[in-house]
Formats: sequence, C-alpha cells, structure tokens
Amino acid sequence: MKVKPKIMKGEELPGLLVNEIGGMHGILHDHVEFLKKHFCLITMKEFLENKKNMSKKVQAVYLWWHKPVIDKDLLQSLPNLKVIANSGVGMDHLDLKLVASFGVKMANAPCAVSSSTADTGMALLLASARRLVEGYHVAVSPGMEYCEADFLGVEVTGATLGIIGMGSIGYKIALRAKAFEMKILYHNRTRRKEQEEQAVGALYCEKIDDLLCQADFVMVVVSLTPQTHKLIGKREMELMKPTATLINISRGAVVDQEALVIALRSGVIRAAALDVTYPEPLPRDHPLLKLKNVIITPHLGIKTDKATRMITEEAVENILAALAGLPMPSEVHPS
Amino acid sequence: MAEQDLPGLLIMGIGGTHGVQESLAALLKKHFSVITMKELLENKKEVGKKIQCIFVSEFRPTIDQELLESLPNLKVIGNSGVGVDHLNLKMISNFGVRVTNTPHAVADSTADMGMALMLASARRLVEGSQIAVSPDTNYFAADWLGVEVTRATLGIIGMGRIGYKVAQRARAFEMKILYHNRNRRSQEEEQAVGACYSEMEDLLQQSDFVMLVVNLTPQTEKLIGKKELGLMKPTATLINISRGAVIDQDALVEALQNKTIKAAALDVTYPEPLPRNHPLLKLNNVIITPHIGTATVQATHMMAEEAIANMLSVLNCQPIPSEVFPQ
Repeated sequence: MKVKPKIMKGEELPGLLVNEIGGMHGILHDHVEFLKKHFCLITMKEFLENKKNMSKKVQAVYLWWHKPVIDKDLLQSLPNLKVIANSGVGMDHLDLKLVASFGVKMANAPCAVSSSTADTGMALLLASARRLVEGYHVAVSPGMEYCEADFLGVEVTGATLGIIGMGSIGYKIALRAKAFEMKILYHNRTRRKEQEEQAVGALYCEKIDDLLCQADFVMVVVSLTPQTHKLIGKREMELMKPTATLINISRGAVVDQEALVIALRSGVIRAAALDVTYPEPLPRDHPLLKLKNVIITPHLGIKTDKATRMITEEAVENILAALAGLPMPSEVHPS
Repeated sequence: MAEQDLPGLLIMGIGGTHGVQESLAALLKKHFSVITMKELLENKKEVGKKIQCIFVSEFRPTIDQELLESLPNLKVIGNSGVGVDHLNLKMISNFGVRVTNTPHAVADSTADMGMALMLASARRLVEGSQIAVSPDTNYFAADWLGVEVTRATLGIIGMGRIGYKVAQRARAFEMKILYHNRNRRSQEEEQAVGACYSEMEDLLQQSDFVMLVVNLTPQTEKLIGKKELGLMKPTATLINISRGAVIDQDALVEALQNKTIKAAALDVTYPEPLPRNHPLLKLNNVIITPHIGTATVQATHMMAEEAIANMLSVLNCQPIPSEVFPQ
C-alpha cells in the first residue's frame, strides 16, 4: 500500500478551526474551496481526535451558526489562537469578555448581513399584512373550492412602520419601507443624524411608548443584550394598536413569548411574524405554532446564496487582517 | 321614501362568502337604492325596471345576455377592480350600457402583492413557515438557502400604473430594473425609478425575477409560453399578478418540473381556483395565492368609492373618469 506523502503546502497555511463541513451546523460545502485557499481547515472532530498535534496549528476559528461553542476549555487548548470570526452580526452567543481575556480578537460580519436581513423583515411584514401564508393554504388545500369574499388583509402602502433599533439593518428597512410610502417612526439608543432621518423620512421617538401606540407595524431590529432582553412584553403589546402587527427579526429573547401568545389569542395585537424564537426551533407543542395569526420562519435572516458567500468573505478578510497584525474591518470589542 | 328616489343599483348580495362586505354595502346605500340578485330574481319584471347600475365585485354578478335583457333601464356597469376581461364589452355595448373600472384604487395594493410574492418566493417563506411548524422539525438546517433580492435584476412586463409602482418599490431594494411595455415611458419616468426599456427577449434572458403586470387582452393571452420560459434563466422566478391566462399554464408546469426556471409565484391562475388535482398545486417551487391582489380593507373601500364616482358620473351625464371600451 502506497504511503501518502505529507502535504507540506497545507501546513504553511494557518489553521482555521470550524465546527464541521456541511451537515446541521457545518460551514457550507460551496465555501470550502475558497477557505482552503487561505487556511488549513481543521474540523472539531479532527481537532478532538488529535488535540496534541492540532492545538498549536489553530490560529483562527470561524463560527458558523454559533458553532463550535467557545468556552474556557477550548480557549485554553488553543495557545496560538489569535482571532474568532463570527458569521453574522449577532454576538450574544459569545462571552466577549472571556475571549478578550485570552488576548483573542473577535470579528462579526455586518456588511453582508444588513441587506438580506432587511429583505427578510420586509418579506415578513408583507406576508403577514397580506395573509400570504394563509392564502397559500386556501389556494392549494384539497378542501377549499373558493376564496371567501371577506378574506382581507391590511394595507402596507401608506401605513405607519415603527422600527425599534435603527442600526444598519433598521436603516435599510426604513429605506425599503419609504418606497411603500410608509410613515416611519423609529426608536434607538442614540438618535440618527438629521440628514439620515430626512433621507428616509423617519421621525425619532425618544419614548418607545410613542412609537408603540402609533405604529401599524412594529419591527424589532435590535441586538440582544441584557437591556433588550424581553424588551417587548405585556406592557408594550398592550400599548400597540389592536390592528397592529409585530415583526421580530432580531433575537427570540427580545420578545416575551408567553406574553405574545396571550396578546395574539386575545386580540391585543392583530398578528405577529417571527423569524426568530427562543429556542430555535420551538418545541413542537408550543402554542405559537398553532396560532393562525402568526407566521414563523426558520431564521431566514441571511440565508441566501449571495449573503452567505459575502459573510465568509468578510470573515476571511477579518481573520487575515488579524493574523497580519493589521486593523480589522469589523472588530468587535466587549462592551 | 328618500331611498326610493335613489337610482337602483344591483349587487350580488351582502355578506357571506360571495356577497359585498357589510361596510361597502352601507357605503353604496348612501348613493343608491341597493338591490340584491335574490331580490331581482324574486320579481324580475317589477324590480328589473328600477336598476340603472350594476356594481360588479370579484366578478359577480355574472353579466350575460339574459341579465342585460331583463334590465331595460341599465345605464352603467361599475366594475370593482381594473381588469375587465370577465366582461363581454361588445355585448354590453350593444345594449347601450357603459362599463367603468377602478384603475387608481387597485394600484398600490397590487404592487404591494407583487413585491410580497417576489420576496416570499425568493426567500422560500412559505416552505420555511411549514418547516418552522412541522411536527418533524427538530433543527433548522444551515445549508437551507434562498436567493438574494437586493441588487438582483427585476424584469417588469407591463409598465402601467401598477408596474410603475412595482418599480418604485423594487428600486429601494437596489434592484436593477428592466421593463417591457407597449409604449416606452418618458425618460424622466425611467430615470426616477432607474428602469431600462428592453425588448422582451433581452428582459427574459437577463432577469432574476420576471413580473407580469399586463392586462389580459387577445394580444397578451399566453404571452409567456414555452419559448419565453426557455429564454429565462434557470435561476429565475416568474411572478404573475395580472391574469392567469397571460401564462401558458401547461408550459409553466413543464418548465417548473424540468427546472427550466427556478420557481413561480402566482396570485392569479386560469381558472380560479385551479382544479384540486392540478399539477401546479403539487410543485414545491410554486407559491399560489387566491387572487388577493386587492384584498385589503382599504383597497376594497377605495375601489367601491371609485366605482361609485364612475357610476354617478354616468347617471349625471358628467365626464366619466374611467370608462372602458370594447377593443
């Protein structure tokens, strides 16, 4: 049997640890070739099987969909780790302080994420308003022979959209909503510049309550932090119009799910559209799955061919910069 | 007694699955003595004379020769909606009856629906919602992807009022917009939405999303057939918010099954609804909605108001805002 020669060229490239290739939590097959141009790819399985040899090779970790889990044990076993690149913009699954304490830099991928996520938000807003999913079931269901004349949705054009969280994603939503002649209100930790507000015709609501009581559509676009945990609860939903729709494209934990179930059942709000829940997926017997006036999508967020490609490219850029000791395009520091 | 002085208006019915919404009936009653089909059929001779207008909503009531013959004083049919392909305009004209539609009231809602379908199809929203609630789901696969809308190319076939509003919306998604129309729009109008006029073939070959926004005429029937579908990219999506008959449905089924195109999203089919065993209902790369392009509280009210204004203008011998003529 022929002995395979050692692949010397591969060893010159810095080691990049990934959870797995393909499968449930793995990086995309389509991206492997691109990654292998810059790195020696090491999967968690390979790492765990051969910790002694592998541990020193790993200089970077590329998280895909929050995996592999970064804990103290892992950090301690990677003495040459310099940078962790996250796919996506949310960093709530990482202990930023812990990672920083090991002298490891972190990066997220904000550029690739914002347009796709804004598109997801608009897709959910329109689908909910026009009862698209319900309509689909009427159109294809074996029992239905006609659509009732009173199957009506609510108007999007000219309606009031309240955006909670006006970061880069929130702003892109405002740009899109403006084209639907929507009246735009927003609430944010910090106010945007006048120019930026005028460009989208957005009115600042210093108090979230003002936004909640005026909006026909409330879109939640914040990052998950201790301050935004259960930001939208019973009180906030009761301030909303009974004809209003809640759309969540941030993190499940920003909305109090139990309160949401009650609000939807009792008509406190008209409907909800959730791209994110807590947990994901929800347990199969969760009441949210049974409500007619809810659309739930499986964290579509950035799940497009182009966006995922851009995320990996952004991650690689950040990693290479970190390894070369250069400024990183999207470094994230512990707050 | 005042109600008897109001001109008689025939409607299908009030409420239920086929009738006019209660709130719209109330609106109509402000200007007309509203008569339902049931009331007419119970006493055709007496009641028929009273009817000067018909309010046609969701294609009901059906306007046939028999009905027209029973309404000697009929002056106008006010259609709720812009498409009048369900009306035999020549036959109606022969009875000396005018027909009006509601092009203004439908535009925003229909454009919104076009955008909703494009986004839902691109991002696999319906499939995704089924996965999210399915009893078999225990994780969300990382490699389950849709296609990007931002910066993709949208080809709009039919750049009338609705098509233009679609372009305005699509522009905000930084889409590249190509359009084809009987007549070219002015340069200012094109520039305002960043739309490029294209020949059909070029539009079909270059678009990631093809949206049909034409009205149904003998010229646009089966406008999109095997040849046109063959010109489209295999990664492209076809969206129809005009009329089902604008597409050759059999050719569409074949194209979707053979992956000649990627997906379709249809608010309209031929017929509506499709027979329950139709192949389009079984394809997982098709979204069908039950002709809800203008199905919002606001749009239906605006349509009724526009129809009322049209009908009253005929009765009052004033200029008619939106009359439609036989071709």
